[in-house]
Amino acid sequence: MRFESPDTIEQAIGLLNTCEGTSRVLAGGTDVLVQLRLALVEPELIVDIKHIAGMRDITAEDGGFRIGAAVSGAEMGEHADLVALWPGVVEAMELIGSTQVQGRATLAGNLCNASPAADSVPAMVAANAVATIVGPNGTRECPVADIPVSPSKTSLTKGEVITSIYLPARPDNSGDAYLRFIPRTEMDIAVSSAGVSLTINCDGVVTQARVSLGAVAPTVLVVEDASSAIIGTKLEDAAIATLQAACSAACNPIDDKRGTVEFRTKTAGVMAKRAALIAYSRAGGSK
Amino acid sequence: MSKIHVSTSINGDAVEYLCEPEETLLDVLRNRVGLTGAKEGCGSGDCGACSVALDGRLVCSCLVLAAEAEGKTVSTVEGIAEGENLHVLQQKLLDHAALQCGICTPGILIASKALLEKNPDPTETEVRYWLAGNLCRCTGYDKIIRAVMDAAAEMRGA
Repeated sequence: MRFESPDTIEQAIGLLNTCEGTSRVLAGGTDVLVQLRLALVEPELIVDIKHIAGMRDITAEDGGFRIGAAVSGAEMGEHADLVALWPGVVEAMELIGSTQVQGRATLAGNLCNASPAADSVPAMVAANAVATIVGPNGTRECPVADIPVSPSKTSLTKGEVITSIYLPARPDNSGDAYLRFIPRTEMDIAVSSAGVSLTINCDGVVTQARVSLGAVAPTVLVVEDASSAIIGTKLEDAAIATLQAACSAACNPIDDKRGTVEFRTKTAGVMAKRAALIAYSRAGGSK
Repeated sequence: MSKIHVSTSINGDAVEYLCEPEETLLDVLRNRVGLTGAKEGCGSGDCGACSVALDGRLVCSCLVLAAEAEGKTVSTVEGIAEGENLHVLQQKLLDHAALQCGICTPGILIASKALLEKNPDPTETEVRYWLAGNLCRCTGYDKIIRAVMDAAAEMRGA
């Protein structure tokens, strides 16, 4: 195995693009090092991207924030303006692993690991986050929702690296939230999860909403029926019940040691309902 | 494949080492630098026994490649005491009998120290969540939590 820590993205892409064997991009390393340890992957090349300009920066941009691919969860949680704008995304990121893991783990890494149970991904998808990808053919932007294609597989092609994730500006009276079900209080992997982002008007009526689910399908789900169930409402009980039912109906989970199909299908709806109520409250709505 | 030359600072001392690309910081601390305080429990970032501070940030050294430490500062449990004088956290763990086998203790110390530097007056809940990634199979945690709360109180009063 070869270890490289280039200073420019061009060098990083050149290394990855010319590597004939398996390669891995190293940011926080909290997934890559576990893969190495378990010999799940035996890469020829590791490219540490932390020395490339911008990778460790959180930058205000057009009313939103650009999160460099090597920014840790701990750094996100310490950024008061980011927490104020996208509390649901930050709380999702901060649910991943221990304090120690938070010191290193990144949004981009959680996305590229492509686990169906990745905590930050439903929150980013609800937020309409966009990944900036640089590769041998230049730079492109891709909605976060289109990055995972199946468990452990992404839509990135050879030599491509996510350099940052953009969390957009949002109107006043907006809020987001992320919840997951785990059988204990910390240090676990989601059995089911939901992210909700919404905006309300001065009367408390939801004008925009986006609802996503994690750990209940091979990839993150966007549930259009759930968002349409609450748009135009003040999250009255009937609207919430429709959202919950739409989420459960969208589930396509597996049975495994963490939960059964039935349990995941039920709890995903409950998570979405509760996340919607938190997002509504954060948007300034009262019930 | 040639080894990688790394210059770093460990507990305030300039340290240079040669490492293989796949070696972790934990491997190098224990096997090349001779600092065996950090322990390998799980090797996958779940147990916290290998906790160190890297540029002041609490991390699992089993999840850091040794080559990544180039130009960084590393703090391990060996740097906590001042000479013969134990750190308040070390003394409080002893006073509260908050260890038995001791494998988790270096990680508990490093993690607790990082918490108290960030938050000198944590609630019990905050201590428990902060230390959720430091597994202890002996104590049942209560004594550890009491020791950290007591150390925090003494450090605030000092």
